[in-house]
Amino acid sequence: MHLDWTALGQVTVVSIGVTVAVVVVFALGVLGLAQAEAARERDGRSHPLAVAQAGLCFLACAAVVVYGIYLIVPQFH
Amino acid sequence: MDHITFLVAVVIVTALAFDFTNGFHDTANAMATSIATGALRPKTAVLISGALNIAGAFLSTEVARTISGGIVDDTLVTPGMIFAGLVGAILWNLLTWLLGLPSSSSHALFGGLIGAVWVGAGSHGVHFDKVVEKVLIPAFASPVVAGLAALLATYLAYRITARARKESVTRGFRLGQIASASLVSLAHGTNDAQKTMGVITLTLISAGALGHDAGPPAWVIASAGLAIGLGTCLGGWRIIRTMGKGLTDIQSPQGFAAEAASTTVILTSAHLGFALSTTQVCSGGILGAGLGRRLAEVRWGTAGRMVIAWLVTLPAAALVGGVSAGVVKHGGNAGTVVIALVAAAVSAFIVITSRRNPIHANNVNETHEVTIRGTAPTRVGSAA
Repeated sequence: MHLDWTALGQVTVVSIGVTVAVVVVFALGVLGLAQAEAARERDGRSHPLAVAQAGLCFLACAAVVVYGIYLIVPQFH
Repeated sequence: MDHITFLVAVVIVTALAFDFTNGFHDTANAMATSIATGALRPKTAVLISGALNIAGAFLSTEVARTISGGIVDDTLVTPGMIFAGLVGAILWNLLTWLLGLPSSSSHALFGGLIGAVWVGAGSHGVHFDKVVEKVLIPAFASPVVAGLAALLATYLAYRITARARKESVTRGFRLGQIASASLVSLAHGTNDAQKTMGVITLTLISAGALGHDAGPPAWVIASAGLAIGLGTCLGGWRIIRTMGKGLTDIQSPQGFAAEAASTTVILTSAHLGFALSTTQVCSGGILGAGLGRRLAEVRWGTAGRMVIAWLVTLPAAALVGGVSAGVVKHGGNAGTVVIALVAAAVSAFIVITSRRNPIHANNVNETHEVTIRGTAPTRVGSAA
């Protein structure tokens, strides 16, 4: 019996790393969005920095999703 | 079409039936947390999932050349054994659905085949070292990895958004959940529909209806994709309730973290050639997400029953597969008919039993328990 511990370790490290990274970035995006909304309600003007933070974070997450689709569909390889 | 004997026709129908149970058994993997957090309405969720399952089936044409990934000796496998194995897998899928237990459809299929080959061709037809390597190790490792990833991610997600407005946070993560759940569905369609295509294609090859290196004909791709897609659209509400509500009470950041973890584990493992159970990965992710939110309650009783179901899945399906293979081997076509009728009768009985406490799109989120005894009439009345 041959157990590929390297592959198992890779799956573990990559999975945990990617998951945490994606969720943290997405959470930062949500935080930016929430701050922008709160600021708009508080003083009635938009908050470009918070909006930009949210936009960048969601863009990064979208890129990961696109890469995920690339991995799923074999025709792209 | 004169190559298609009675037995081959029965195998094809049974394979599609398995594919159908696979569909509704696994809807929960992708959609349970989205339904529980309200990211998607229940009916919308299963329709999206079904459509993506069908899309996934058509997208991926790299059908595995082996039925089982080397777990059994494919050269010894006959259509009769495949039929017996499928019967074992279908019955176990239906029983666990009745009990609302998210068990692995892949393990049910492997178990059924192992039992059928063992009885039909002898124990040398089963590669037990491969069973350990390809089934048992990933079965233990993958839910733990997904759970750890979801735990860490959930903890950080709550830390980061702790001071932000709760409504904005909930809405943001709900939107994210739609994307993450859709990815799980797509990955599921490319993996699981292919298993059925592989089974049908190899049956046709062994019957001489297709050449030795033939890929699946278009009608096989279409019917397998439709069977799993329709099964998914039906919605395995009993299992959705257990995964979305039963294991822990899921909020949208947890749902997003759990789905992100499941998607990543499924994709990285597939990329590195590990076969694993989508169901177990997603359940592990949900448990991890439950632990990652402080004070979130994880119902260990439900989780424990689920893990027992995981352990029993392979041997139980193997037992039914083995008994069926014995009958088919000694009874020929008559034996096949007997097994098919008995399987249909047991399936009908399970479906009728489920009617005593029906769970559907409208009541899936009401409680966290799946019982098979009829519940108090007030609840049934309000749910209908």
